Amino acid sequence: MTLTQHDIDAEIAAEHAAYEKRVADGAPVEHHPRRDYAPYRSSVLRHPKQPPVSIDVTKDPELVELSSPAFGERDITEIDNDLTRQHTGEPIGERITVSGRLLDRDGRPVRGQLIEIWQANSAGRYAHQREQHDAPLDPNFTGVGRTLTDDDGFYRFTTIQPGPYPWRNHVNAWRPAHIHFSVFGTAFTQRLVTQMYFPNDPLFPYDPILQSVTDDAARQRLIATYDHSLSVPEFSLGYHWDIVLDGPNATWIEEGR
Amino acid sequence: MTKIDTSSPENVLPTPSHTVGPFYGYALPFPGGGDIAPLNHPDTITIQGYVLDGEGKPLPDAFVELWGPGPDGRISTTDGSMRRDPAGGGFLGRNGVEFTGFGRVQTDANGHWYAHTLRPGARGHSAPYISACVFARGLLMHLFTRIYLPGDDAALAADPLLARLAPQRRDTLIAADEGNGTYRFDIRLQGEGETVFLEFT
Repeated sequence: MTLTQHDIDAEIAAEHAAYEKRVADGAPVEHHPRRDYAPYRSSVLRHPKQPPVSIDVTKDPELVELSSPAFGERDITEIDNDLTRQHTGEPIGERITVSGRLLDRDGRPVRGQLIEIWQANSAGRYAHQREQHDAPLDPNFTGVGRTLTDDDGFYRFTTIQPGPYPWRNHVNAWRPAHIHFSVFGTAFTQRLVTQMYFPNDPLFPYDPILQSVTDDAARQRLIATYDHSLSVPEFSLGYHWDIVLDGPNATWIEEGR
Repeated sequence: MTKIDTSSPENVLPTPSHTVGPFYGYALPFPGGGDIAPLNHPDTITIQGYVLDGEGKPLPDAFVELWGPGPDGRISTTDGSMRRDPAGGGFLGRNGVEFTGFGRVQTDANGHWYAHTLRPGARGHSAPYISACVFARGLLMHLFTRIYLPGDDAALAADPLLARLAPQRRDTLIAADEGNGTYRFDIRLQGEGETVFLEFT
């Protein structure tokens, strides 16, 4: 059976309506996708059927998960946050600057932690051997970066605007342009891997991965804001994207939550 | 929309999780990611296993992050898990001397992963364990679990998490002793023998 965009659209709408009904009936807002989200077909055999077992971190401040791995200056090089300078030539595409703050649920900056990113090139092609999309590779662009947040929780990357690309979830499936982010907090419980999108992408409603976040406001938090003050004259366009880590950390114990 | 107003806490809402997708492989794994133990350390153990889907098929596109204390139960605050080369821009790897406690291990084409690390020591009220976080294409949000080691039945019996679980489910969190300091820990994402996954509140 050939799965069309129309089929996926109907499934996305049904999941969205089911979520809205749950919330209307008093269920809590869901900030994260459900792991069981059939419109994204790869999730079908890869989500647990049993509910997760809940651990109240306030009962034991010594839990391993309340601490986080440390990363430092020797885990990055000076140009790791500039994806346009990692080869001998200039990559093709529109240069962009992406910057924002890494925060915890209390709005406090997360300092000195590792942010890793990866992305497609301007033609929508990943420098990965299993990539099957036949858009051109760019010999001057790998699309991998990393940085540490500064004392105010800020990070900053210089890169190339990634292109959208096709995938095989269903016929004519296209991913909106995005940058993958991997982030650590002050506690391992705050670990986050996600994707940042660009404003006004017409592919948003068709994409089952973005739509797996069924809460409308939560989905908006994945979309960067164009920020003219971050644009660098005669060099790059600027986007601002703050990241808020979920999950309890040590201050939850101090405050007795 | 994505400049977070930190002036009032109710505006500070979490950034949603997304899948790692299929193409993290040239970005996140690093050489020696599973060689967490310092070279020739006497408390070195090997943990190995498969990541399996709901049909029991191994995942060739998953990775596991491990985070555990040293044998004395202390948490490492040492960086350097993924040292970079400022001259050439590649990875230098670990220095083989310091213990960072952190590892990142990709499954191979057979869905198999392994790590050499140090036997964890006990902390707080828990039996010794290594925290594990699983990522995969198809997994919209990572999954936390724990790797407990067999041997000290009294410590395992007193562990607050294990004590809450039915015996069959509890067993999914305890690695199997394969001798010579090697332990087997399979991660079943779905179905029969599904691994116990955790959430923290």
